[in-house]
This record gives sequence, structure tokens and C-alpha cells, in this order.
Amino acid sequence: MAGLPSQPSSEGKLSAGVFDGIAIRLLAPSWLMIGFFLLLPVAMMLVYSFLTKEFRGGVIWEPSLAAYDQFIFDRGLFGDEPPVIEWTYITIFGRSIWQAALATVLCLIIGFPTAYYIATRPANTRGVWLFLITIPYWVNLLIRTVSMKFLIRDTGPLNQFLISTGMIDSPIHIVNTNFAVQLGLFYSYLPFMVLPIYAAVERYNFALSEAAFDLYASRWTTLRKILIPVVKPGIIAGCILVFIPSLGAFLAPDLLGGAKTFMIGSLIEEQFKGSAGNWPFGAAASMILLSMVLLVLMFYARQQTRAGNGAR
Amino acid sequence: MPGNTTDVRRYPGFFAFTILCLVLLYTPLIIVTIYSFNDSTSITTWGGFSWRWYQDVFFGIEAAKFKTAAWNSLSIATMAAITATVIATSAAIGMIRGNSFRGKSLSFGLINLPLMVPEIVSAVATLIFFSAIGITRGYFSILIAHMVFCIPFAYLPIAARLEGIEKSYEEAAIDLYATRWKAFTRVLMPLLAPGIMSGFLLAFIISLDDFIITNFVKGAGVETLPTAIFGSVKQGIKPNIMALSTLMLLVSVFFVSLSYYVNKLGERSRK
Repeated sequence: MAGLPSQPSSEGKLSAGVFDGIAIRLLAPSWLMIGFFLLLPVAMMLVYSFLTKEFRGGVIWEPSLAAYDQFIFDRGLFGDEPPVIEWTYITIFGRSIWQAALATVLCLIIGFPTAYYIATRPANTRGVWLFLITIPYWVNLLIRTVSMKFLIRDTGPLNQFLISTGMIDSPIHIVNTNFAVQLGLFYSYLPFMVLPIYAAVERYNFALSEAAFDLYASRWTTLRKILIPVVKPGIIAGCILVFIPSLGAFLAPDLLGGAKTFMIGSLIEEQFKGSAGNWPFGAAASMILLSMVLLVLMFYARQQTRAGNGAR
Repeated sequence: MPGNTTDVRRYPGFFAFTILCLVLLYTPLIIVTIYSFNDSTSITTWGGFSWRWYQDVFFGIEAAKFKTAAWNSLSIATMAAITATVIATSAAIGMIRGNSFRGKSLSFGLINLPLMVPEIVSAVATLIFFSAIGITRGYFSILIAHMVFCIPFAYLPIAARLEGIEKSYEEAAIDLYATRWKAFTRVLMPLLAPGIMSGFLLAFIISLDDFIITNFVKGAGVETLPTAIFGSVKQGIKPNIMALSTLMLLVSVFFVSLSYYVNKLGERSRK
């Protein structure tokens, strides 16, 4: 999202480019498609979040704040008691943020050294390393999540292996814990962390490290004080690319977690399944999630412009 | 590059992290592939090598369901990817080669909107939209939704490739009295082909991969492979699902390798 690619002007030529004058016509199909089938639907979702719920799923066209009210307040079974703060949904959102943050940290701890290692390989082998990292990403997310679940089940190969080697006596319970969800999210989005950091380290000028070395900085001081500040935009980009999809993830929490690890994705999904659902509430929860994501993206855009101004 | 200890680039332990990373990424997939050949009905114990679960996928009780789901997945992915690639190619030329106008930067945001909106939010919005305008949920609604989110994935490699091609080629064509359309089909498109191809492949894989949006807009009765597998897995992981997963894994690896290869060819031709 670094803005528009700059257009090199064809020097000494006054004639217009081949595609001058028809930019709007060329862009129109994408505008129509995304505008009509995504932007308009999001606007409609906003409207739906202010409507009244219909009991068979769907809405009644009557304006209401009930969805947002339900999110924050508990007014008793019949809605006539004095409102108290309802913690259920706030907790689910808080937990989602926490889980997504931990998954991001996990990705960073493993992704940073990996990205660095790959970026410092000879140019002809980098492509192969990157390819190895990205292949799993292109394997169906559902299949990856199911595979992870199969591996870490109580009676799964991991526990069998650990028991047979005598490292443990009884299986470790991993499925249905917070850790399983973090592991699943880590597994889902790790390449998003590696790729931007790789790109940043690849552009890094190692003369800076050499200068630090010559001035008797240790390897780790150089890493901390020189390399990391310089490649920070890449690190931030990686963190955001992992954090955002983790926040609204559905498969990892649903398959690897249990009732105790309920996250936003499952909460939203539940509102649209069958007659027990509540469309306005689901729309409101989606709007809140979308607002959070937009806030993170705005923060990111500001960081990037600042980094861009500082570096060049 | 010297590999000795005084090399400033070298950090001890980073190699170990890289290996750990690869082990974490590949172990689950390798384990499932191995267990898909397990002769035993119980998924926990190893009962020797066998193809029986692959036979089960193709000829077993659920074979008809999987076949329909596979057909839906492949036909939707093909149509969505083709449409998205055409739209994205046009958009990339408009963005990079077209004249500037007010709101052009907004246009960049709009094209990438499907990447910024969380999938579950897109799913909810699309479901609400289809139900509000009265489109029956089914094959058609899945197709439309897939076309939309495939656009930015097709766009990125095409735009990247186009930025590396100089304007002078198509300008030369115009100077030699080619029409704009001819300049595109005869000059620019062949140069752009690797980008278009990898854009198409990306969009195709992304469409095959999608679960959440499909799950919301599919309606009752229509299944794609991911939704069919999800339905099965909800009742526990069965060996035939592992065989099916392994097959899908192979398909993904094939397409990614193809895309990688096409890109490599493109890079070589640019030099």
C-alpha cells in the first residue's frame, strides 16, 4: 500500500501514452464488480446492524439500536431490568485480540530469524528457500488446520511419538486449548510474517552492520540497535499481515479450540446459522471487527508514510 | 560470501530457527499424507500400507458427494479466476498506463478492498446483500462472491509485471499504425503473459481454498470441496478425508510450482 506506482514520463515526447484517456473505462469493470458486490454489501451490513431481528433469521425493517445495546448491556431476560455491563461479548473480542497478538508474537519469534536467514543466503538459493516457506500457504487452509488437529490430538502421532520415546507418560492435551488456537493461527499466517521481513532485510545495507562491528559493537547489539530499527517497517508490515486475519479467523478457533477459546469469527458465524441466529447482532459484531481492522490499517499507513519520509 | 564466524551477516541459531520453521510447516502435512495410506479403519493405529482410502474417495459411499463438490470447486475456480484475471488486467493497465484523474488513488484502495476487509466480514456482507436483493443462495452466488475476492490476487502479479515493462514497446506499435487494441493484443499482452498467467493461477488457488465466504453464501445443498470436508470433519477426522486432503494438497503443490515456474520464465525473458 505504498501508494501509486510513479509513471516515468516519456521524455521529449508530447504525444499522449497509448492508454491515455481511457483509464476510467479500463478501471470501470473492477470498480463495478467490487463496488457493487463488496462495498455496497458492507454499507448494507451497516444498515442491517441498526435493524430489528426477525426470529427465523433475517431482519424486520424497523430501526433499532438493539444489536449494539446487546453487545454492551445486559437488560435481563425481558429487557426491562436496569442495564448492567454485559461482559460475554466484550470478553470474546478481548480474547480474540489477545490470541491474535500471541499468534503474531509466535510468528515474529520464528519468522524473523527465518526471514533473516533466507535473505542472507546467496541470491541463487533464496528463491528456493522462499518457495519452501510459501508452499504450505497455498495448501488449502482447511486441510492445513485439519492436519494440525490430527497431529496434536490426544491420541495423535505427536503424543504417540512422545509416549513411545518415554518423554511423557500420558498424552499432553493440546487440542481445545488457547495454545492450540495460537498454533493454528501461526500455521495459517506464518508466510505473511516472513515475506515482508525478508523483503526488508534483502534491501538492508550490510555496510551499516560492518560499521557497527568496526566500532566494537557486539553481534547482538548490532542486531538490536542497527538492523532491527532499519528493517522495522518490514517487521510492522509482517505483524499487521498476521494480526488482521488472525483477529477474524474462523477455522483455527473453530476446529482446534473449544468453547473456552471462542473467538469473534465463531461468534459472527453463529448469528447466521439456523433460526437461533441474530442477523442485526451478527452485522453489528462484523462492523465492530471491521472498524478495529481499519484502525490498525490506518496506524499502519501512518507508520509507512513516516518511515518513507524518514528513510528517503 | 565467506561463511566464517567473522561474517557480520551470520547470526548463530538463525539456521536452527529456519529448520524449526520448516519442520512446523511441513510435519502436519507429511503426517496426514502418510496416514492417508493407513490400512487400519482406526486413524490412531498404523495397520500397514494400502490404497483403500483413495478407492473410498473415488468409489465409496461419499464418492458422489465428493465428485459433485469437486466439480463445483473446479468450475467455480476456473470461471472466477478467468473473470477476475480479465478484470484485473484491464484495471492494471488503467492504473499503471492510463491517464491520471481525480480519485485514482481511491481506485487503488477499491481494487485491494477484498484484501483489507476480513474474510468473515465480506462473508456476512455478501450474505446480507444477496438475501436483501433476493438472489437465491447457491452456485451462482458462490461464483459472484469468488469473482470479487479473486480480483486483487490476480491484480498484484499483473501490475508488478506491467511496471517492469517499458512504455516504448506499445508506443512503437502505435507509431507503426497499430490500433490501441492491436498494440495491446500483439505487443503488450505477450510481454505481460507471465504476469497474467501467475495472476490467474493465484486467483484459481485462492478460489479453491476459500471456505468462509463460500460457507456463508452457498445455501443448502450446494457444496464445494472445502465445505464438504468441513462438514465431514465436524463429525471427526476420517481416513477417507485424509486421502482427499492429500489429493488436494498435491493439486495445490502442482499449481504453486507451475506459478513459480511461469514466474521464473518471465524473469528470464525480461533480462
